[in-house]
Amino acid sequence: MDFRLTEEQRALRDSVREFALEQVAPVIGEYYERHAFPYEIVRQMGKMGLFGLPLPEEYGGMGGDYFALCLALEELARVDSSVAITLEAAISLGAMPIYRFGTPEQRETWLPRLTAGEALAGFGLTEPGFGSDAGGTATRAVLDGDEWVVNGSKAFITNSGTDLTALVTVTAVTGVNPDGSKEISAIIVPSGTPGFTVQPGYSKVGWCASDTHELTFDDCRVPAANLLGERGRGFAQFLRTLDEGRVAIAALSVGLAQGCVDESVKYAGQRRAFGRPIGDFQAIQFKIADMETRAYTARLAYYDAAARLVAGEPFKRQAAIAKLYASEAAVTNAREAAQVHGGYGFMNEFPVGRFYRDAKILEIGEGTSEIQRMIISRDLGL
Amino acid sequence: MNIVVLVKQVPDSGAERNLRSDDSTVDRGSASNVINEMDEYAIEEALRIREAHGGEVTVLSMGPAGAAESIRKALSMGPDGAVHVVDDALHGSCAVATSKVLAAALRTLSPDLVLCGAESTDGRVQVVPHMLAERLGVAALTGARKLTVDGGTLTVERQTEEGYEVVTAPAPAVVSVWDTINEPRYPSFKGIMAAKKKPLRTLALADLGIPADEVGLAGATSAVVEHSQRPPRSGGQKITDGGDGGVRLVEFLAAEKFV
Ligand SMILES: Cc1cc2nc3c(=O)[nH]c(=O)nc-3n(C[C@H](O)[C@H](O)[C@H](O)COP(=O)(O)OP(=O)(O)OC[C@H]3O[C@@H](n4cnc5c(N)ncnc54)[C@H](O)[C@@H]3O)c2cc1C
Repeated sequence: MDFRLTEEQRALRDSVREFALEQVAPVIGEYYERHAFPYEIVRQMGKMGLFGLPLPEEYGGMGGDYFALCLALEELARVDSSVAITLEAAISLGAMPIYRFGTPEQRETWLPRLTAGEALAGFGLTEPGFGSDAGGTATRAVLDGDEWVVNGSKAFITNSGTDLTALVTVTAVTGVNPDGSKEISAIIVPSGTPGFTVQPGYSKVGWCASDTHELTFDDCRVPAANLLGERGRGFAQFLRTLDEGRVAIAALSVGLAQGCVDESVKYAGQRRAFGRPIGDFQAIQFKIADMETRAYTARLAYYDAAARLVAGEPFKRQAAIAKLYASEAAVTNAREAAQVHGGYGFMNEFPVGRFYRDAKILEIGEGTSEIQRMIISRDLGL
Repeated sequence: MNIVVLVKQVPDSGAERNLRSDDSTVDRGSASNVINEMDEYAIEEALRIREAHGGEVTVLSMGPAGAAESIRKALSMGPDGAVHVVDDALHGSCAVATSKVLAAALRTLSPDLVLCGAESTDGRVQVVPHMLAERLGVAALTGARKLTVDGGTLTVERQTEEGYEVVTAPAPAVVSVWDTINEPRYPSFKGIMAAKKKPLRTLALADLGIPADEVGLAGATSAVVEHSQRPPRSGGQKITDGGDGGVRLVEFLAAEKFV
């Protein structure tokens, strides 16, 4: 029983931390302000091999595991969440389903460019009318000869409209199951396919340097061979994808929570009030101590979930607990960090202003806090 | 091309650094130690030359046992192997002694090119590359901001305060680089995992045939007699614009060689 990292895990974490501090921190505020996608940062992360971190070398990956990915995500999010979610979505939602469920041809076609960070893949599950209840999918795909004809729309899809986006995997209703429920399958739709339209980016509260679009499919035709995994298994596949993604979102949340501690400790030593640093006031000290406590416990929760995942053990409940606890810790820490910074905490030019705006989505994306509580209570037999 | 890159572990220049109170040497024990920044550029340059021309890159470092951590980090960037000269007698070595030890180690490696940083952020004496070239009887191309390898000819753009000089020499040679030469890569996970398995050979003074009393504090040709804390930062210089503010600012920048 040991939660300490190996030498290699520490080296990876340090390498990503150095990258985040040197290459992301100085420039990300400007991208954020302009709502611009950080292509240059993505290019550098590609060179570092981050987009292939948990994938095998035969597809251009780094041969690491999901734990390694989580460590990298934590260190990126400690500095900036837009960059971290771009990597998280690219791997967990983009490349992983193709690696896990794809045919050898599909893997060959897409993975080398995805693991190099030269191309990005999106994952379209959520629709304007269905989010938590994703089984309610209204998008349809009908097999017409040797082509799927896709009609419908998807909402809030990350990495779906960048210059690098090569494909989006969408879930669609492809028939009716014997029990009368919807048969849902996953289909790969390459960017630029006629009938596939990427709508203009949303105006978001946070994650402003991340790419999010609504997508519409209007008699969009793709080869029958673009079916990802088994027909009718789309729902089960994305549940697996989301279980993994939750551990990654937990890591990202811990990063943000820790970034709040970093910034608050720094600021508390610099800012003076009533003739002394505000860090001399116990009210500020205890706030920061509580923030550190939350970040630390949340980290242990995701380490455990990730370790189980990597070991091939059941991890559904642990993933939900880690995601729930870490995202709420992130929101609380962001609020408290803004408080420590006073008026400056409400300014976009301070990292904590960005953290405050970026934290809320963590309680919503890849399963809301309510959905996590449902998963946990169901797993307890309730 | 057989390239050897010199790598030194130094206290992080971004953190608090001190000299030891007992012997006035750099306090490495309590510092957070990292690869000398300029050396990362030398490693990157070596890797780029290997990528373009083939060959092998070996890291050579002289330092205490703890320097192995920085050597592993250097290896995780991509070099093929490393040699670590470690010996208790080396503590407190001056630049002359350091160059003697490194030159002896280099002779065992017979490189076509020795790459190193133009200075280390702890000692900052900038003389080791020249001393090495002298000892090895090869050319020293120092302070490079660009290096081109064309067959057996090395050409550098040598950075000076006013601009740059173009200097060439046949290989083998010692080339020292500034941080203007490239953008060092960050170690990838694959690189980190691979570094574990790369050969790291350690050499002691005896292996190099150097008597212990010729190096270290005992054999030092110079000694730090005394040291004191840096004085607190002064208030700086305020320029009140009386019409000539711009000119005075430029004068200040020119005097400090910023422009
Ligand atoms: C920036 C951003 C990026 C995103 N990226 C992607 C992406 O790449 N791919 C993708 O597919 N989706 C993506 N999403 C969508 C995200 O996963 C959904 O927004 C999320 O799952 C919630 O769905 P919803 O918005 O429809 O909310 P709803 O499901 O409408 O939920 C509204 C509220 O009702 C609650 N609720 C719903 N059902 C229950 C219940 N049974 N019991 C109790 N409470 C309930 C919810 O918890 C929530 O509080 C993204 C969203 C955002 C904002």
